[in-house]
Amino acid sequence: MSTASTPVAVDAAARRVPPLGGFNLTVLRIELSRMLRNRRTMFFALVFPAALFFAIGSSTSWRERAGYGNVAAYVMVSMALYGGALIAASGGASVATERALGWSRQLRLTPLNPAVYIAMKAVVALVLGAVAITVVNLVALLQGRAEMPTGRWIACALLALVCTTVFAALGVFVGYLVPGENAMQVLGPGLALLSFLGNVFIPITQGTVLWNVAAWTPMFGVAEVSRAPLTGELPWYAVVNAVVWLAIFVAGAAWRMSRDTARV
Amino acid sequence: MEPPVVLPTRQTVGRPAAPAPALQLTGLTKTFGPVQAVRGIDLTVHPGEVVAFLGPNGAGKTTTIDMMLGLSRPTAGTVEVLGLQPRQAIARGLISAVMQTGGLLKDLTVRETVAYTASLFADTQPVDEVLAHAGITALADRKVGKCSGGEQQRLRFAMALLPDPALLLLDEPTTGMDVEGRRAFWSALRADTDRGRTVLFATHYLEEADQYADRIVLMRRGRIVADGTGAEIKALAAGRTVRFTLEDPDVDALSRLTGVESVEVRGDTVLVHAQDTDAVARHLLTRTAARDLEITARSIEDAFLSLTGDDTEEDLS
Repeated sequence: MSTASTPVAVDAAARRVPPLGGFNLTVLRIELSRMLRNRRTMFFALVFPAALFFAIGSSTSWRERAGYGNVAAYVMVSMALYGGALIAASGGASVATERALGWSRQLRLTPLNPAVYIAMKAVVALVLGAVAITVVNLVALLQGRAEMPTGRWIACALLALVCTTVFAALGVFVGYLVPGENAMQVLGPGLALLSFLGNVFIPITQGTVLWNVAAWTPMFGVAEVSRAPLTGELPWYAVVNAVVWLAIFVAGAAWRMSRDTARV
Repeated sequence: MEPPVVLPTRQTVGRPAAPAPALQLTGLTKTFGPVQAVRGIDLTVHPGEVVAFLGPNGAGKTTTIDMMLGLSRPTAGTVEVLGLQPRQAIARGLISAVMQTGGLLKDLTVRETVAYTASLFADTQPVDEVLAHAGITALADRKVGKCSGGEQQRLRFAMALLPDPALLLLDEPTTGMDVEGRRAFWSALRADTDRGRTVLFATHYLEEADQYADRIVLMRRGRIVADGTGAEIKALAAGRTVRFTLEDPDVDALSRLTGVESVEVRGDTVLVHAQDTDAVARHLLTRTAARDLEITARSIEDAFLSLTGDDTEEDLS
């Protein structure tokens, strides 16, 4: 030392480890406001599904019956799922973007447990997914055309929220596969395509070739599951579809992430 | 989630126990496939030391720092920080680091970035105090992406000091800074280390190492080739060069002279690097037919190069 000051001994034994691996509300608050500030994500997750609901849900057939409700309600649940899925995927993809920016490396220099980091990202994605689903439901409620029993209405919204986890995992996976900030460029059109194929935007007639292809795509299963309280039917292949795709995306995300931590 | 650790206990009776070294590397080795990036490093850094890790690009400095931080796993050997594994030390806020570039989210404000980082530690200084200490209070509400390189570096420095670490690691901390920014950074760091923090920084500037470190560890091709104070490192460079003309020089005989470091033959011209060049000159003039003698001092940069530069015989090993 160049000065006369005596070095302050650090008492390593007095240092504490943060509880819950670093899980805390400050990070959740900052992450939420960060997502809400992102205009593009907000537009595609909140405004776009509501607008689509108006466009499709106002077609001439909106009064027709669909299960326990009407076609407008059917379209509403589909759009809510789409909005929630998009925001969940965007939240998932941010995990990979943050890795590209070196932020995850920076976080590795803190006590934050990598699994807790993912858990906090998941909480943020779920909260925002709930916001997206609520927006479409509120818009439909205010418009007044959608009809179904209240209990089934709530059940549909909750199931849609649960189903968005499939796309949070997809977001992480794609985020790792596509470098940098381009993940949303792939996920945005990709989810739109999957929504078309998955019977979310336009009904596909059962039994056609297209339907037989669609039944294998990842939006198909969760859409059927989300609408089950409304339609009153839950085909076994829809459940299998949802569970299998969730497993595939989670496995893919976990695989890429484990490779990643080996490197950083 | 961290495994329980047994922390070194303090001896209260009799002779006080020697404090655990701030940093202890033992036989540290890292290979990437066929590439040996770090080839067995032993190093002990005591609390309060300011150590420069000096070496050219590719010497293995960053790889070594990554292992000190637990970011990568050693192929062999161990790292201990205050007697703990790196990850355990990081969980307790005992080590932190300022990295070269990146590591910031552009869409967060400066205050949010500090608050985010602070929330992850068990004990930290208040956010506003840290901002003031780093001189970035005025920038608190600015987006990180809109800050200059120097401002971002001050932010990284503030983040690193949040947990009041015992050991601070800096990997080429002044890359991309202008002279003024560099000077400001080092004076801030110096003011901080005067309070007893242990600092290890990597650099490839000899001048920076000489000016700001108590001790210089010279790395070359994954090994430590010299370790001492700035003056000691300079003493290694104290030798001079004798240049002369001689047909068919006896290289072996010249190499055996006391204090001769190297003999280089370029046609009829011979260059001998040695500590005692007078003895070499006396030998040449009395025992050989050498002529056109010239004796020149080696610059410190030359010495640094000779200690860290490539030479082909090592390449073959």
